[in-house]
Amino acid sequence: MDFLIANFAEILFYCLAFLTVASAIGVVAFKSPVHAALSLLFCFVMVAALFLLRHAELLAAVQVLVYGGGIMVLFLFVIMLVNVKDLKLEQVFLSGIAPLAVIGGVLLGVLIAFGLVFGVLASGHGDGTALRSVDGDEIGNTEAIGAVLYTKYLVPFEVVSVVLLVAMIAAIVFGRRSAGLEGAGGGGGKTS
Amino acid sequence: MSLADFVPFLPEIFLAVAGLAVLLLGIPMGSRGSRPIIAISIGALAATAVLIFLVGRPTAGPQLILGDMLVIDQFAVFFKVLVLIASALALLMASGYLDRAGYSSGEFAALILFADLGMFVMVSGANLASLYVGLELMALSVYVLVGYFKLEVKSNEGAVKYFVLGAASSAVLLYGISLIYGTTGSLDLETIRSSLTGVPHQNVLLMLGIVLVAFGMLFKVAAVPFHVWTPDAYEGAPTPVTAFISVAPKAVAFAMFLRLFAGTFASEVDHWWMLLWIASAATMIYGNVAALTQDNVKRMLAYSSIAHAGYALMGLVAASDNGTWAVLMYMGVYTFMNLGAFGFVILLESKGYAGERIEDFAGLARRHPAAAAGMLIFMLGLAGIPPTAGFMGKLYLWAATVEAGYVVLAVISVIMSAVSLYYYFRSVVQMYLKDGEAEGEAAAQMLNDRWTGTAIAVCAVLTLVIGLWPAPLVGWAKSGLSALGF
Repeated sequence: MDFLIANFAEILFYCLAFLTVASAIGVVAFKSPVHAALSLLFCFVMVAALFLLRHAELLAAVQVLVYGGGIMVLFLFVIMLVNVKDLKLEQVFLSGIAPLAVIGGVLLGVLIAFGLVFGVLASGHGDGTALRSVDGDEIGNTEAIGAVLYTKYLVPFEVVSVVLLVAMIAAIVFGRRSAGLEGAGGGGGKTS
Repeated sequence: MSLADFVPFLPEIFLAVAGLAVLLLGIPMGSRGSRPIIAISIGALAATAVLIFLVGRPTAGPQLILGDMLVIDQFAVFFKVLVLIASALALLMASGYLDRAGYSSGEFAALILFADLGMFVMVSGANLASLYVGLELMALSVYVLVGYFKLEVKSNEGAVKYFVLGAASSAVLLYGISLIYGTTGSLDLETIRSSLTGVPHQNVLLMLGIVLVAFGMLFKVAAVPFHVWTPDAYEGAPTPVTAFISVAPKAVAFAMFLRLFAGTFASEVDHWWMLLWIASAATMIYGNVAALTQDNVKRMLAYSSIAHAGYALMGLVAASDNGTWAVLMYMGVYTFMNLGAFGFVILLESKGYAGERIEDFAGLARRHPAAAAGMLIFMLGLAGIPPTAGFMGKLYLWAATVEAGYVVLAVISVIMSAVSLYYYFRSVVQMYLKDGEAEGEAAAQMLNDRWTGTAIAVCAVLTLVIGLWPAPLVGWAKSGLSALGF
């Protein structure tokens, strides 16, 4: 019991980490797209819990709101709109890239393991002060992120807003039916 | 941070506003064809250039602005002006092309302007965060432009390949950045640089970070072995977009490459020169050899642009002041030669289709002597034959490479330049020695498009003038050396 209390944070971390990885594997392992999507949702929530464990409250909230809320809804929309039961499995395509995917996955795993072994384990992990302090003044996590985002990182933040705008333009350009001259009376584009 | 801090940032702010304005203007003005929109966009680019001259250039040495996120220096100004010129020329070429293909111009011009904004942030970024965000804005706009002709399968295929591989390379780049942040504790280029100098670094994690960043950058400049997207994306994209993406994103990727490797990681040169040496040699060899067998001119120029990235990488391997300004010079020269060559592919039309086959150039010298002469200039330039700018660009790269002691690399590039003569001159042989009408087919015709013609003429004149009188461009490229950390 004493062991449990003394190492509560670690035990909680390993439980959450196990559930995160298990649900991530579930995303690719489940045959039904709805189950896979639910598994993904569970994975997002677990990551949010991991953020909470590191005292990154804002990140945890954003993780739940943006990923668990917004992005999951889009995933589910697509699954509902496309009649998944009628889709055939593309056996040839998948078996063709399977070796490549395995090699890529193993490479990625090695890279991340490398980073963990040489980085985190060698230097130990911090106490999370950096997450809630700006220029040495300790304030809350949310205030710290806000202060840094709207002062030092203002330029990247504003440029990201243009990135999102471009993404919207991209969706419209690719989503509309013709070449974009229908409003102008130009009709569709040449199909040749 | 006060309001005055934003003054050197005005060119970028103006570009963003102009992009939005063009996007909105495209709706009511779409019915009048693409020319008014394109003219407005080029006007906006010119106004941006004026703003750079007025407020966006360094008055006394490099100047860090807006929380040290961006640096205003001559190096950035060089690439910004290059980007503006390249986009204006690409827009001129696109004007008639969009009308002929029946696609709207508002989004097209807006995407080019937003891509320019991303490139501006990229070339003046003094922080890994701003560099990366600029890179993503540029890349995302370019993916959309490649797939802009959405009714054509090739355009879609090129865009998807470019997007998927580009996203993967961005992930690799980000992982590298995170490792560098993890070991140095900073994203600020100047802080990273000063923490690297002095201390002898055997940190494996930092090495891995630098190598992964190098991989990401090699993808962006389309170097072997990260080139696989290039031929498909270049061939599938609408030709004015191909012209644009083969020069502007490549030039700014080299700018970021230089800022990181010739600037920030310069003290670690012992660890990364070998990697870039191999990439440079492999890129030159593969690009030139693969181009030999291409019958499609766009594909041939795609492989040739891979080869040119290999030449420019020599300047990075040299890791010296001379190498750095030689890359700047080469990017300036290459921009005009490549844009001009693609301009002819745009204008050449055969039986209603784009004249992309090498046979479409047959007999051009007899029917359109001026056009054939122009194409000859660009082919000579790309091959690096003396009276043109291409020779001067390569000459300075060779000088810097030999000076740094990499004689083998210089020899490889000379041999590969000789190989490249073969495929560049295949089109010249077709133009001057073949008769296009003998095969019983209707010969390809040059379209009479004054805007595209003007753009090509500008490129041709610059290719010749820089070749005969390179001093101004050389001086300008050398002034870029005052950049952060050089």
